Amino acid sequence: MTTVMESNPDVLRSEAPPPGRKARRPRQQLWIWLMLLPTVVLYGLYTVYPIVASYWLAFLEWNGFTAEKTFVGLENFQAVLADPLFWNSFRITVIFMLAVVPPKVILTLLLALALNSANLPFRTFFRTAYFLPVVTTAAIVGIVMQFVFDPASGPVNLALRRLGIIDAGINFLGDSSYALWTAAGVYVWKWFGITMIYWLAALQTIPDEVYEAARIDGAGAWQLMKSITLPLLKPFLIIITLLSFESALKVFDLMLTMTNGGPFYATEVVEIYIYRWAFAATVPQLGHASAAAVIFGLFVCVVGLFQIFGVRSVQKARAI
Amino acid sequence: MAATATSTRSAWRPGRLLRRLPWWLLTLILIGGAFLWVYPFLWMISASLKGQLEIFGSGLSLLPESWEWENYARAWNEASFSTYTWNTIIVTVASVVLVVVRCAMSGYVIGRYQFLGKKVVVAVLVATFFVPTGYTIIPVVEISQNLGLLNSLSGMVLALSGGGHVALILLYAGYFRGIPRELEESAVLDGAGFFGVFFRIMLPLSGPITATATLMTFLGTWNNFFIPLVFSLSRPDLRTLSVGMKAFVGENSTDWGGMAAAATISLIPLVILFIVLQGQFVKGFAGAIKQ
Repeated sequence: MTTVMESNPDVLRSEAPPPGRKARRPRQQLWIWLMLLPTVVLYGLYTVYPIVASYWLAFLEWNGFTAEKTFVGLENFQAVLADPLFWNSFRITVIFMLAVVPPKVILTLLLALALNSANLPFRTFFRTAYFLPVVTTAAIVGIVMQFVFDPASGPVNLALRRLGIIDAGINFLGDSSYALWTAAGVYVWKWFGITMIYWLAALQTIPDEVYEAARIDGAGAWQLMKSITLPLLKPFLIIITLLSFESALKVFDLMLTMTNGGPFYATEVVEIYIYRWAFAATVPQLGHASAAAVIFGLFVCVVGLFQIFGVRSVQKARAI
Repeated sequence: MAATATSTRSAWRPGRLLRRLPWWLLTLILIGGAFLWVYPFLWMISASLKGQLEIFGSGLSLLPESWEWENYARAWNEASFSTYTWNTIIVTVASVVLVVVRCAMSGYVIGRYQFLGKKVVVAVLVATFFVPTGYTIIPVVEISQNLGLLNSLSGMVLALSGGGHVALILLYAGYFRGIPRELEESAVLDGAGFFGVFFRIMLPLSGPITATATLMTFLGTWNNFFIPLVFSLSRPDLRTLSVGMKAFVGENSTDWGGMAAAATISLIPLVILFIVLQGQFVKGFAGAIKQ
């Protein structure tokens, strides 16, 4: 490729002026699109096409094995909307989001405030320890947690029994009244570090001079916190909360390996519902699963729109 | 916690030791928390070295009585974790190369050039920023089947490299936009072509971004589960570590030592990498909030 270009140095020399003025040069356009080609092909095939195609698949009856696809109109949507288990999975997803986001956002803020203070010893150690679960494989963590919370020999139950808190082992992941809360706890533990890093990055945007000035004016530590740190963090609160909601939608790996959506669908989030209809059923129904995915996708869009509004309002607030 | 601690600090002027007391209390609480945070991994490593009897018998002790390497041999050979590890390495390396090169190339032209259709490309990228895998997985399988790529490692690599990574493109675009034009002008005078400028000047200049991109893609691919899962449903020999782990526990639910050894094999490379390159990791993740 390089050699081809080297025989045409003129093309490049003429492209030297700043961007914006030289949009209409056919040969350069060709090189630009060649550079974009891998992204256009891969992203087109595996992200853009699937988004469009899931709408098409949702109108079909198709088991995935045979080439035979029947157009069934809105039947799949009707079936999904009439399926109590779909609404169950929707409800579980929303409860899960509401359960994990507030503790994660608030506790990580407190931790970040502590880690941001020069008075605290071992700060690097703490940051490393609390961040460690983030880098590990969610699917494998899910499996390990099955054993950690095992009702008979898992260390959590052993410890609780030895401390005399409980008499008999609690089936944290196998009892439908505990499973979702245990999963929520594991999720918060797993992704705690990432939100902590967000807050630490946010805290670093506050310049030291602001604190210096306030201190010269005689502000105490509590006043600094109340009238400088917290107000300046407010825009970040919106972004971090929205990012957390967004990522709480993506629990498939952890949930599938930890509870497989059970017991009795108690932890079946929408992604697992889709997976069950498309891949885990004896006769897969990809149309039904796609219809669920489309409805779920619209829900994600709504969350995403909130995100855009949130970021916009933050940008406006900053501009003032 | 921090708030109250800071306030009491200023109230207790006299006595340095007393003044430090809230901080030591806070430190103790955080040490307790940190232990909880790493405990599952400590337990996992400990269980991987214990014999079957000891896991159920000795309870909470983290130190094994006798070191049992047998678990690792079983996971590595009988449970095919050697194959899974190899698959994971191949898939991860190939995806990282593909993703980093394609993101750098498209980030370069988006950041530095005006071209026909640029607005459309950027709009599509931004609009699909947050699409979860669960939403696109069925058509991904469908199209892979049509292209004859389902049930193959290369199909897995392509699917992994084609989804997401918009953040990396934007990261590269922002970086390349900031590089002064004089640099490439002199190279052009020396006879470098369009691709020559990119590969010999721009890409080497973007070293810090490439480091972050490599690390983030590495982590995302190594830890990926959904795509390898559906690509290996009918080909157990193509499983990656995360998928193999689920299969292993499904078949041997009582082999705790083997499970722990297999999990340790899968996670230890990540933990070591993280401890060595901690700063890079933190920078990579913090990037999301700074945009």
